Amino acid sequence: MEHIPLNFPFLAAALLVGIALYIIIFKKNLVKLIMGIALLASGVNLFLVALGYRAGGIAPIYTDAPEGPMVMSVPQALTLTSIVINVAVLALMLTMVIHIYRHTGSLDSEKSRKMKG
Amino acid sequence: MAALITHSPILIIAIPLAAAFLTIPIGMASRKARNALVIGSLTFVVFLVFALARDISINGIHLYTLGATSPDLTIPTGFMVPVRIILEVDGMSIFMGIIWSIVSLAAATYSLSHISSETGQTRFYTLLLLMVTGGFGMMFTGDLFNFFVFIEIASISGAALISFRTRFADTQEGGFKYIVVSAIASLMILFAIGLLYAQYNLLNIGALAQAIQYTTLDKIALALLLIALAMKTGMVPLHLWFPDSYSVAPASITGMLVITSHACMYAAFRICFTLYGGVINAPVVGWIIIIFGLLTMFVGVTMAVFQKDVMRFMSYHAVSQLGYMWVGVGVGLAVLGNTELLSTYGRDAMSGGIFHILNHAMYKPLLFFTGGALFHYTGTRDLTKMGGLAHKMKWTTILYIIGTLSISGIPPLNGFSSKILIYESVYQFHPILTITGIIVSILTLASFTKAFHSAFMGAELPEYKEVKEVPKSMIIGMVILAAGIVFVTLFPSLVVDWAIHPAADALIDQGAYINAVTGAIP
Repeated sequence: MEHIPLNFPFLAAALLVGIALYIIIFKKNLVKLIMGIALLASGVNLFLVALGYRAGGIAPIYTDAPEGPMVMSVPQALTLTSIVINVAVLALMLTMVIHIYRHTGSLDSEKSRKMKG
Repeated sequence: MAALITHSPILIIAIPLAAAFLTIPIGMASRKARNALVIGSLTFVVFLVFALARDISINGIHLYTLGATSPDLTIPTGFMVPVRIILEVDGMSIFMGIIWSIVSLAAATYSLSHISSETGQTRFYTLLLLMVTGGFGMMFTGDLFNFFVFIEIASISGAALISFRTRFADTQEGGFKYIVVSAIASLMILFAIGLLYAQYNLLNIGALAQAIQYTTLDKIALALLLIALAMKTGMVPLHLWFPDSYSVAPASITGMLVITSHACMYAAFRICFTLYGGVINAPVVGWIIIIFGLLTMFVGVTMAVFQKDVMRFMSYHAVSQLGYMWVGVGVGLAVLGNTELLSTYGRDAMSGGIFHILNHAMYKPLLFFTGGALFHYTGTRDLTKMGGLAHKMKWTTILYIIGTLSISGIPPLNGFSSKILIYESVYQFHPILTITGIIVSILTLASFTKAFHSAFMGAELPEYKEVKEVPKSMIIGMVILAAGIVFVTLFPSLVVDWAIHPAADALIDQGAYINAVTGAIP
C-alpha cells in the first residue's frame, strides 16, 4: 500500500460516478441504464470504504488483534448495508425490465415510452 | 401504559414491520384473518401515534436510543458522541406521523375492495405495511444513515406497489421510473452522508448540527441532499417522472405515495433548519427554494389543465400543491436569522406551509381515491369517455365535491385556511408570491370544475348502465379522509394551536433538538 497515494481510491470513486452519470443520462437501453445505476452504487460504496482507511490502523477484529490503533468500523457497516439495499433495488429493476420487455417487445427507453404529456 | 409510551417510537416502526411478515403465513390460512391483521395493526399504530403526540405536547421531545440500557441514554458511557441509532420525535416529526398513520389506515381500508379482484393480494399488503414502516422511519429517525435505509425501504416497496398490476404495460414503466429516480436520489443522499461523515465522524443529526462548520464540502453535501429530496418530491424541473408513476399505481397507493413525497419534503426542511440551521446562508437557500416552489406551483397547474386522464390530471395538481408548501416554508427559511421578521411573518408563513401539508394530505388522497373509484367501475381513466356518473355514484360524487372545494381553497374549507395563512404572511415578504398563489388557485378550481363536469354531470351514458356505487370499504376509506377535512374545517384554530405551531417551532428551535441529544455532555 505504501506506494499508492492516499487519495487514489477517491479518484477512482469519482471516475466511477462520472462514468455512471454519463451512462444514466445518455444511454437509451434500459439494461444499460441499470448497469449505470450499479456503477453509481459501486462508486459511492468505494468512496465510503476509502473513508474508513486510516494509515497504520488495524482492522476492527478483536480476536487475536495486534497492538495499535483500531479503525472505526462504521464506514464498513454503512457499505455492507448499502450493498444489500442495492442488490434489492437492482433485482427489482430487472424484474420490471422483464415485464416491460414482455409488454412492448423492446428495451429502448424511447420506444417503450407510451405515456406522454 | 407509561412503558408503552416510552417505547412507542420503536413500536410504531416495528408493529407494521412485524405485521408485514405475519401477513404471509396468516394470508395462506385465511383471507379474513389477514385483513383483520392489516387493519388491526394500523389502527393500533394510529392509537400509539396519538398517545405519543399527547406525551410530546406535555413533555417535549421524545428520545429513544436503540440498544441502550435506558431509552434516553443517548451517549453511551465512555463515549463523547452518540454512536447508537437514536429515534428523535419532536413536534414536526409527530405531526408528519399523525398524517401518515391516518392516511395509511384509510388506504389499507380502501384497498380491501379496490384490489379484491387482483392476484397476489397478500403480497400487496406485505408491501403496503413495509411502506408504512419506511415512512414512519423517515419521519422519526434522528440519524442520517438510518434515514437513508428507511427512504430505501419506502422506495422499494413503493415501486413494487406501483407495478403491482403487472397486466398493464404502463404500470411497469411507471414503477421503473420511480425506482430509477429513487435509486439515484438515495445514492446522492448516501454520497452526501459520506461527505459529512468524512469531516465530523458523526451520523447523528443533532450531534452533527452542533459540529458543522459550513465548509465547501458541507455546501456540496447540502446541495446533493436538497437536489435528491427535491427530485423525490417532484419539484419542477425534476417533476417529469412524477405523473407517470403516480397516475398508474392503484389509487390507494397513489394516496400513500403523496405522503412519502411529504416525508421527503419534511426531510429537506429538517436538513435546512435543524442540520444546517446554525450555519446556513438562509436568505440564499430560502430564495432558491421560493423560486423553485413558485415554478412548481405554476408549471404543475398549467400542465394539469390539459390532461384528459383523471389520475394524471390529479398528479399534476399534486405537483402544483407541493409548491405552496415549499414557498411557505421557504419564506420562513429566508428570514431565519432575523428574529424580528421571523416573528412578524416568518413563523406564520412556515405555519401556513406546514398546515398546507396537513390539508393536502387529506384532500389529495381523497381525490385520488375518488379517481380510483371511477376507474374501478368504468375501467377507464379517460375523462372524455366518462359522463353522468353522479346518477349512480352518489357517495363518490359528494366526496369528490368536498375534495375539489378544499383543493381550490374555497372558504370555509380547510384548503382555504392554510392558503390564507400563506397568502397573508408571504405578501409581506414579496407580493408576487401571493399573486402567483391566487392565480394558481383559480386555475385549480377551473380545471377541477371541468373534470367534475365531464365525469359526473350530464345524462347517463348507455355504456355505464351497469355501474353502481363502489363497495363499502372503499367508501369507508374515503370517509376517514373526508372526516379529517371536516374536522380541520370546523376547528382550524384548534388544529393550528395544537399541531401546526408546535411543528413550526420545532423546526425553528434548532437548539432544543441538539440539546436533547448532546445535553449529557458537561
